[in-house]
Amino acid sequence: MKAYDTLMLALVFIPLGTALIAVMLPPTRRRWAVLLGGLAWPCVLVPLSLAIAREQTLTLVFGGWSPPLGIGWRLDALGLVVLWVHALVGIAALPGAWQRFEPEKPESGPFWSLWLILATGVNLATLAADLFNLYVALELTTLAAVALIATDDGIAALSAAMRYLLLAVLGSLMYVLGVGLVYAQTGSLAMHQPGVVELNNVALVLMLTGLMVKAAIFPLHVWLPHAYSNAPGPVAAIMSAVVGKVALVALWRIWFETAVDPPMLLANLLGLIGAGAIVYGAVAAYLQPRLKMVIAYSSISQFGFLLLLLPLACQQAFQGAGFHLLAHGLAKASMFLAAANIVTVLGSDSIRHLPGLDKRMPLEAFTLALAGITLIGLPPSGGFTGKWMLLSAAWEVQGWFWMVLIVLSGLMSAAYIFRILALTCFHPARRAVHHLHARPPKITSFAALLLALLAVVIGLYPHPVLDLLGSGVPGAGP
Amino acid sequence: MIAPWTTQILPPAVVLVSTLAAIVIFVAGEQRQRLRIWVNLAAAMLKLVLVVWIGLEVLAGEEFLFRFELLPGLELILHADALSILFASLSAVLWLVTTVYAIAYLEHSPNRARFFGFFSLCVSATMGIAMAGNLLTLFIFYELLTLTTWPLVVHNGTPEALAAGRSYLRYTLTGGVVLLTALAWLYGLAGNAVFTPGGFLAPLAGEHGAELRLIFILLIAGFGVKAGLVPLHGWLPKAMVAPAPVSALLHAVAVVKAGAFGIIRTVEDVYGLDLVAQLGMRLPLIAVACWTIIIGSLLALREHHLKRRLAYSTVSQVSYIVLGIAVGGLLATSGGMVHLVHQGLMKITLFFCAGIFGLLLGVSKIDQLDGLGRRMPWVSGAFTAAALGMIGLPPLVGFISKWYLASGALAAGMPLVLAVLITSALLNAAYFLPLIRRLWLNPPGTLAEAPIEIGRLPRLALMFSAVATAALVVVLGVLAAHPLSPLNWVVKIAQGYAP
Repeated sequence: MKAYDTLMLALVFIPLGTALIAVMLPPTRRRWAVLLGGLAWPCVLVPLSLAIAREQTLTLVFGGWSPPLGIGWRLDALGLVVLWVHALVGIAALPGAWQRFEPEKPESGPFWSLWLILATGVNLATLAADLFNLYVALELTTLAAVALIATDDGIAALSAAMRYLLLAVLGSLMYVLGVGLVYAQTGSLAMHQPGVVELNNVALVLMLTGLMVKAAIFPLHVWLPHAYSNAPGPVAAIMSAVVGKVALVALWRIWFETAVDPPMLLANLLGLIGAGAIVYGAVAAYLQPRLKMVIAYSSISQFGFLLLLLPLACQQAFQGAGFHLLAHGLAKASMFLAAANIVTVLGSDSIRHLPGLDKRMPLEAFTLALAGITLIGLPPSGGFTGKWMLLSAAWEVQGWFWMVLIVLSGLMSAAYIFRILALTCFHPARRAVHHLHARPPKITSFAALLLALLAVVIGLYPHPVLDLLGSGVPGAGP
Repeated sequence: MIAPWTTQILPPAVVLVSTLAAIVIFVAGEQRQRLRIWVNLAAAMLKLVLVVWIGLEVLAGEEFLFRFELLPGLELILHADALSILFASLSAVLWLVTTVYAIAYLEHSPNRARFFGFFSLCVSATMGIAMAGNLLTLFIFYELLTLTTWPLVVHNGTPEALAAGRSYLRYTLTGGVVLLTALAWLYGLAGNAVFTPGGFLAPLAGEHGAELRLIFILLIAGFGVKAGLVPLHGWLPKAMVAPAPVSALLHAVAVVKAGAFGIIRTVEDVYGLDLVAQLGMRLPLIAVACWTIIIGSLLALREHHLKRRLAYSTVSQVSYIVLGIAVGGLLATSGGMVHLVHQGLMKITLFFCAGIFGLLLGVSKIDQLDGLGRRMPWVSGAFTAAALGMIGLPPLVGFISKWYLASGALAAGMPLVLAVLITSALLNAAYFLPLIRRLWLNPPGTLAEAPIEIGRLPRLALMFSAVATAALVVVLGVLAAHPLSPLNWVVKIAQGYAP
């Protein structure tokens, strides 16, 4: 078991250590720290995946005290899926970030440290096994993300970062208030000890609300569209793929593993909020005048699906939601990466400039189309698999409302995806763009395309992920 | 006997041939015209060879089955039975002809790589529908078909084309959603079942009768969108803004037929006609088919735009297939299924001709057809043969279908259906005979646009395609009794369903 302990430590301490080293090294050497930090920890996931497949959960206990007294880390199948999304998106985003913030330049030093700290925070949040550890990890993630958004030029990025900061801090306060209540009442903060920690509803609602702000769940999403659409492309990719999701996964964990028998009324209420998010996000995405805004609002819509797990609460729903998280993370990140390249070349992402893009940037257009198919959930794609599992879960618990919702949501996504595709590839107005900027290196296009392909291909061979998720049902699942 | 692994590999191979062609075409790009032509033709030939090979083996009693577990307990199944071969061979033959036609038709237009790439993908999806071994597989390829035909519909990029594309997506994606609902529901009830002649739902009828009835309605509605059942046909006439080869393919092979084929599979292989009748769904289905036949013809009569008149005629004619299946019995089932092939041949000829008139002479309205018979005797002849076939003149293929349908209706004791068939034939005559009269008897009018000059070879290719399919309309009608004719093949299939 010791070997796995080291590996789990590596997940957090490789990016953290390299972040510190990157600050200290002279700019000319910085790239080695960046490469090590960005590429080494994903390698650790391979042995960890094998271990999870065998043992389902790995725990790491500090100082020999087992929970609830000591604090520890815990890795399960769901956490592993999040880590894989993080790793894949992180690697795919690297070329774009590299090209934009060359490590050799002195002024890009902060970016790379923040980039690695963000990775640290996300990994830590996935591993955290007690409520306070989770709080620290989420704070770390948020602060790094705020600073990363602000690295983009212009006042818009700065104000978006500011708005995100204020709301996220508000969310943290609510969350930590709930944690305080729990601690005062029970004297324990362990997340995976149902029965030891009995949550009262006030604490539960406080923590959930705090996490929903961080995850940008409608109607607490107001920071998201501006933050995503003004952040540099690689940052937006990471944020949409994992930063919001770790908060959501934490919400699932608290709901299923910490809370004992949460009220069904609340589950249905949260499901309805998810439904609202799906509809609102899709309608808003359809109305946006900028490509990155469309993608950002689409995230709000797709996050809604992840809340449907609460009312559906069965094994298939868990597999479906987990798979949706994976497919959406890959697809959405690929869209943001493609959009970043489009902005680089066209100088803007206004959809009025999209006509003719299929000629100028065929790889990007293809990436948008492939990722769009996954988002709509058309077969065969990762999105379809996730939706199908959620559908069969709705069938299993006889939730007709959810069934209709899931089915109709595809149409709503189709509306905004095909609007973009029609503009990109078939619109007659081949508007002359006054000045085309230099094309970013091909590798950035291929990285986005690979992510989009992966999002489709996992739909053809979903067994490993589904099996993994099937063995690790959260506490309440039958 | 052939090697066991071939029986597994051939069904996916038939589907993937054109997918590979599409990838090559996309990667090669716009400029490599010669490569594109050869890849197109080679893939079409190869596909035809494979389908014929499988068909002969199926005739010899070989079973083809390819299974791939997509989700736990949910399989992608490709198989080949006689019905798959019927649809697959129709698609393979007509794809080859349409490829020749399309290469010539689009000789000087932009975006050809995109066009032919999606064209090939579209045929891949159609083959998948033909070979599908369960509803899930059928659904997956049905959705892929929507995705791959949309770029063809909006190909011209004009505002009308984009509007037509929007309308097309609205209808077909909604249909897909309806299908998905039915599919998830059915999956919950019956699990992962493969197509079985006579259906597999009969044991559930006692307990879940009401649910099965609702699922049946959903399935028919979902497939009916593409099959153009009135009132779900709204997208079809609008989609006529697409280039002529697309319209031809959409109407004769791919989209409309996919809907009809889905209905055949639902009625025969999922429910079984007996169960459909037991659930009280047979008469409503017959009624919907009859209604569509009559309304489609009436709408065609009202239309003065040539391609749109043909579109409404498709709405009407495709419901013959549904009608035959719903009436049941050996004769009517054969009549309905053989119309799948016969309507395809006639309609593709008509669209080829309409496309040639439009491309070379700028003709799009019916009153511009005056006197074209003398100017383009071959094309006008082909058009006339196909139109007469549509009316049901013996010995053309349309007559064969209608004869079997009519005898089947009488055998099933449904004189009203016979009345509908006769009315429809009269209506067909009413909207096709004036066209023929204009072509041959009216004095030539003045054409608004000057003729477009195209090369000698493309012109020949265009005419060849139209005349070849028209020849099939005549030959398959005359040789309907031949053992290898579609009719005999279909009778063999129908014997499996209605002994």
